[in-house]
Amino acid sequence: MHSSGIPIWFFIGVLLLVYGTMILGYGVIELATGCYPPAVELTNLHTPIWWGGLLAALGMFYVIKFRPARAK
Amino acid sequence: MIVNCLNHLGLPVSPALLAFSAAPLAHLRPLDIAVIAIYFGMVIWIGFYLKGRSNTSEEFFMAGREMTAWIAGLSFVSANLGSLELMGWAGSAYQYGILATHWYWIGAIPAMLFLGLVMMPFYYVSKTHSVPGYLNLRFGGASRSLAAISFAAEMVLMSGVNMFAMAVVMKVVLGWDITFSILVSSVAVAIYVGLGGLRSAIFNEVLQFVLIWGGALLVPILGLIQAGGVGGLKTRIIANMHTDSYFHLWRDTGHFASNPMGVHWTGIVLGLGFVISFGYWTTDFLVVQRVLAAHNLRAARMAPIIGSFFKMAVPFIVILPGLLGLVLLQNPDGSRRQLVGEDVVKSCTVNASGDHISDPGGCATAMAVKSTLPAAYQQSVLSAAPGSELHSYNEALPLMMVRYCGPGLLGLGITALIAGFMSGMAGNVSAFSTVWTYDIYKPLIKKSGTDAHYVLVGRLSILIGVAVSIGAAYLVMHAHGIMDYVQALFSFFIAPLLGAILMGMFWKRATAPAGFLGLLAGIVTSVSLFVWVKFNPAELASVALSPDAKPMAENLYRALWAFLTCVLVIFVVSLFTKPKPVEELNGLVYGATILPKEDPVPFYKNVWVWAVLAILIFAVLNILFW
Repeated sequence: MHSSGIPIWFFIGVLLLVYGTMILGYGVIELATGCYPPAVELTNLHTPIWWGGLLAALGMFYVIKFRPARAK
Repeated sequence: MIVNCLNHLGLPVSPALLAFSAAPLAHLRPLDIAVIAIYFGMVIWIGFYLKGRSNTSEEFFMAGREMTAWIAGLSFVSANLGSLELMGWAGSAYQYGILATHWYWIGAIPAMLFLGLVMMPFYYVSKTHSVPGYLNLRFGGASRSLAAISFAAEMVLMSGVNMFAMAVVMKVVLGWDITFSILVSSVAVAIYVGLGGLRSAIFNEVLQFVLIWGGALLVPILGLIQAGGVGGLKTRIIANMHTDSYFHLWRDTGHFASNPMGVHWTGIVLGLGFVISFGYWTTDFLVVQRVLAAHNLRAARMAPIIGSFFKMAVPFIVILPGLLGLVLLQNPDGSRRQLVGEDVVKSCTVNASGDHISDPGGCATAMAVKSTLPAAYQQSVLSAAPGSELHSYNEALPLMMVRYCGPGLLGLGITALIAGFMSGMAGNVSAFSTVWTYDIYKPLIKKSGTDAHYVLVGRLSILIGVAVSIGAAYLVMHAHGIMDYVQALFSFFIAPLLGAILMGMFWKRATAPAGFLGLLAGIVTSVSLFVWVKFNPAELASVALSPDAKPMAENLYRALWAFLTCVLVIFVVSLFTKPKPVEELNGLVYGATILPKEDPVPFYKNVWVWAVLAILIFAVLNILFW
């Protein structure tokens, strides 16, 4: 797909980075305020923080590795 | 308290969404809505971005044949990974245990490897644009037209059925209006496929595949943590269900009555593992089109093999949540929540004011006959007590998502379901557009159009395909019984098509009239058996060769008989008709084709190495869960 312009992996990286940042941000607010969504199980694991962080890190990796300037 | 806390976080409940339904499973917060909106924005933007690269027919219909093996392989799997499949098989796992995994392993892996190793060279070397196109080259226009017309009709109808079913899911899970769901998702698909063609569909399918994993993977991870790992899950299932059948793929398939699915291993191996699986993965243009878009023969052969590894992993996000739901889902009072069939849920619908069951007699009978709900819970359902609503098996996955996913993560999970639906629909309409333009419009309506004309026809056919799909969705909405027939329609063509393609590809003697008659005879056999059992349910025992067989077994055996009929007719008719000269079969038939020599590659790029590895993992998994 590189010959067609921006690689698909770059789009995937952007989306994961945005989603990861949003979810991580929510997780941090959740932790800071101590307000957890009702009826959600295992909130003690702080899933939004580590899952959001994981998505953001993965997204960042793809954005850097497949950024358009590098692909050219 | 809840609203106060959410307001404190700046995340108020959206009243607009709450207004849709009295009791959806979940309510989205603005963060969830933002996640979904960003997804829609991204897929539409990709369509606009790729529009400039979809000007010729080769670019629009075949994505310029420049996909890498990874992209073609992921797209190949993603086009099949619809949200209904995710939820349906999670529900099946809840009902039948890991028997449902057969549809991911023996029902897919051998066929995907066979496509990559054996069949792909013929599809690729013949430079056909479609599977009906291959039939045209091998058996002539009559076979092509029969396959193309049936495939095109099947695609738009299936797309409509899936669209309606997805809208129902959104209604149940989120309380969204059905028309809203149908219009938003179908317009988005029409825009990005209509603008960017197959390239845009493939681009988005890869994106959607990643999102499906990103949104759904949390459920089994958190579920396993809560269940105490795999050991804890097993212990709790055995304690609740009083059997360990839920963990065995093959052990209890020696007799139809020994397993909850009512299937025999011969049906699984021959009907599912061979006819249905090979029919779908090697001849259904919806998936084959993705591989044809690969940039060279080696990539085209490698793509299904790469896809097979991901396909083997899908049960982790589909089957495991179903099993976990069996022991972890709870009623509001803390008791184990038992899911039931759709028919029981329908029989126990509450009235408009929500204070009593519309048909208490029918509900009581349905629960008594078709469920194992405890008597006390049946009473609370009948009295429409708060929190005692029934949920169907198909809701196992969304219920598990709601259980573990707070704001943001729930939006990601819902986006995964929407992405699954859209990738399936994009697959349907892009395949429909290609078959309509190349195999129906061009040979039968306008033979001598310009390239730009056929691209325009392709774009318009996507819009028409989406419009017809929407019509089919509303047709199904107003006549639910039609859904069974449309879904059966899919099975009518797959098995005979496999028979025709295999005989054409591997037997030089097979002739054009034989190909057409075999295909027709196979379809007639399949339809006849379906109608026979529909009007005489007792004859299921005759079709599936056992009085203990259940409807699932009928599907497997019907496919087998249709395939055998097609093969037999092609064999017999070929003996009495004149075959094509061997020199005309180059590029089409095994033994008459000189395949291009592939450049030597290091062992880690060799398709056979990866195929052997896939087979080994497949074998180990089957032994592990025997």
